[in-house]
Amino acid sequence: MEEALTFVLLTLAATLRVATPLVLCAMGGLFSEKAGIIDVGLEGKMLVAAFAAAATAAVAGSAWAGVAAGIAASLVLALLHGFACITHRGNQVVSGVALNIVAAGLTVVLGTAWFNRGGQTPPLDGAQRLRPLFLPEAGDNILVYAALAAVPLSWWIVARTRFGLRLRAVGEMPLAVDAAGISVNGLRYRAVLLCGVFAGLAGAYLSIGQNAGFSRDMTAGQGFIALAAVIFGKWRPGPTFGACLLFGLLDAVAIRLQGVKVPGIGEVPVQLVQAMPYLLTIFLLAGFIGRAVAPRAAGVPYEKEH
Amino acid sequence: MKPLPRWAEIAVLPLVNIALAFLVVGVIVRVIGADPVQALRLLVTGAVGSSESIGYTLYYATNFIFTGLAVAVAFHAGLFNIGGEGQAYIGGLGCGLAILALDRVLPAWALIPLAILAAALFGAAWAAVPAWLQAWRGSHIVITTIMFNFLASALMVYLMVNVLIAPGSMTPQSRTFTAAGKIPSMQEALSWLGIAVAPSALNLSLVLALACCVGTWIFLWHTPWGYALRTMGHNPEAAVYAGTSLRRTTMLAMAVSGGLAGFVAVNELMGVHQRIVLDFPAGYGFAGIAVALMGRGHPLGILLAALLFGALQQGGAELAFEIPAITREMTVVIQGLIILFSGALLNMPRPWLQRLLSLFPASAGKGGA
Repeated sequence: MEEALTFVLLTLAATLRVATPLVLCAMGGLFSEKAGIIDVGLEGKMLVAAFAAAATAAVAGSAWAGVAAGIAASLVLALLHGFACITHRGNQVVSGVALNIVAAGLTVVLGTAWFNRGGQTPPLDGAQRLRPLFLPEAGDNILVYAALAAVPLSWWIVARTRFGLRLRAVGEMPLAVDAAGISVNGLRYRAVLLCGVFAGLAGAYLSIGQNAGFSRDMTAGQGFIALAAVIFGKWRPGPTFGACLLFGLLDAVAIRLQGVKVPGIGEVPVQLVQAMPYLLTIFLLAGFIGRAVAPRAAGVPYEKEH
Repeated sequence: MKPLPRWAEIAVLPLVNIALAFLVVGVIVRVIGADPVQALRLLVTGAVGSSESIGYTLYYATNFIFTGLAVAVAFHAGLFNIGGEGQAYIGGLGCGLAILALDRVLPAWALIPLAILAAALFGAAWAAVPAWLQAWRGSHIVITTIMFNFLASALMVYLMVNVLIAPGSMTPQSRTFTAAGKIPSMQEALSWLGIAVAPSALNLSLVLALACCVGTWIFLWHTPWGYALRTMGHNPEAAVYAGTSLRRTTMLAMAVSGGLAGFVAVNELMGVHQRIVLDFPAGYGFAGIAVALMGRGHPLGILLAALLFGALQQGGAELAFEIPAITREMTVVIQGLIILFSGALLNMPRPWLQRLLSLFPASAGKGGA
C-alpha cells in the first residue's frame, strides 16, 4: 500500500516537473494564437532561452541573470517573428519553421565556440541553478509556481481585461479592431512579446531548473507538445493547463513504464506512450473528440486599407 | 509603386535574399572569432574544389531536390506540407521492408524499381492521412503534418529497436542489404562509360531526382491533374466552379508530395547506408521548404536552389573541418536564415528594389511595356 502511495506521489511530482515548461510555453502560445499569430516557433524560442539562460548562469554565476537572459533571447526571436509576420506580413508558419532551424543551429554553433564542450554549457550548481523552495525531492523551484500562477493570470487577462478583449477581437476580426481606432499591429506585437516572455521562462526552467546546464536540442519537441496542448485545450487557459498536465503525466508514466510488464497487457511500448500527445491532438483536430475551433484570423496577415 | 519586372522578381530578389542571409552569417562568424572572408573561401573550395567534393555536393543536392519538389507540389495546391521529414522516414521503411523481404530472391534489375516504388508509396501513404484529415475532417494540415513527423519518428524508433534490428547488433539498424538492393554509385556507373571520377556518396539516385524535376514540371503544367491542383491553390472557389473536387485534389497533391519526399530514402538507404538506420532524414524535409521557396516553386529553380544547398552542406562540413571554432551546425543556421529571408521576410527587400529600379526610368519603362 505504502509502495503504491509512494509511486503515485512520485509520479505526480514528476508530472508537475515535466509539465512546467509545457504550461509556461503553452500560455505564451495561447496569447500569440489568440491574437491571430500562429507560432510554430515555440520550440525555437524555448531552445534559445534554455541556451542563453544556462550560458549566462554559468558565466555570471547567478540563476536570476540566467532567467533574465533566457527571456531576452526568447524576446529577440519573438520580435523577429513579429517583424516578419506583422510588419512584413510574411507567412507565419514559414517564419516559425525558419526560427526553429536557426535556433537549433545557432545554439550549437555558439555553444561550441564559447564553451568548447560539443554544444553543451558547463555544468551548473549552487547559486547558478534555481533551487527547490519547499520540497527538495520534488524539484519545486520558483518557476513551477510561476507556471501554476500563469494559468489563472492568463485566464484573467484574456477573459476579464480590456487588453484581453481586444486581443481576442484582433484574432477573430482585426478589421473591427482597426475600425475602432485601435492598432492591430500594436496589439499583435504585444501578444507576440508576451509569448516570448513565457517561452523564455519555459526555456530557462529546462536548463537551469530541471537540468543543470544546456545540451543540444534539449527541448526535444516540447515546444510542439505545448503547441499541441494549446490546440487540445481549445485555445483556453484552463483546458490548456489540463492538456499540459495530461501530456506531462504521459511522459512521466512513459519513463516509469520502461521495461515494466503491465499485468494483462504485457510490455507497453514507450514510444507509443510518448506519441500519445500527438495522437490525441490529431484525433481532436479531426473532430473525433469534441471540436477545436481556432481563432478565425489565425495565420492571416492583416493588411490595413489605405 | 509599380510591381517589380519579372526578371527582377525571379532572378534579383532571390539573390538579394541569399545575400542578406549570408550577411547575417558573416556577423555570426565574426562573433565567434573567425574570419568571414576566409570562411567563405573555405566553404566554396570545400563544396566545388575537387572531383570528390563536387560528388558530395551533388549527393546532398539529390536529397534537396526531392524534398524541395515535395514542398513545391503541395504549395502549388495551396497546402503547406511540413511533414517531408516524416514522409521521407516512412519512405525508408517502405523501401527497406521491400529489400529486406526480397533481396535474397530477386535480382537487382527487378528489386530496385520495386523498392523505389515502395519508398514512394509509403511516403505517399504517410502524407495521405493528414490530407484525408484535412479534406474530410477539416483539421489543419500544417499542424497534422508536424504531428505526423513525431509519429513517424516514434514508430521508426519502435520498429528499429524491437523488430527490424539486425540479430546481435548493438545499434538499432537493420541487417545490411545484399547487392541486389544497392543503387550503383556514380563512380561505378561512369566507369561503365569509361569515365573516371573520385569516389563519393553520389549515386544514380541523382538521375531519379532529375527525372522527378522533369516529371513534376510535366505533371504541374501539362496535365489536367496539375491544372486542377494549381487552380485549387490559386482560387479554391474557381476550382470548384470548374468542376474540380477539392477533396480528391488535396489527396492527390499530398500523395505526390509525400511520394517525392519518400525518395530521400532511395538516395540515403539504397544509395549509401545499405540498411535501414535511424534519423536518416536529418532535416532534409525541413530544408525542402527553403529549397522550394528559393526556387519559387519551379522545378528549374528548385534544381538550382538544391545545388546551392548541397554545396552549403558539403562546404559547411569542410569548413567545420578546417576551422574548429565553426561547427557543422553552421550550415543549419544558414539554411534557417535562408528560409527566414527568402520565405517569411520575402516582402522586405521588394520596396528597396522598386525604389532602386525607379531611378532608371528607361529600363523600368521597357520592363513595364
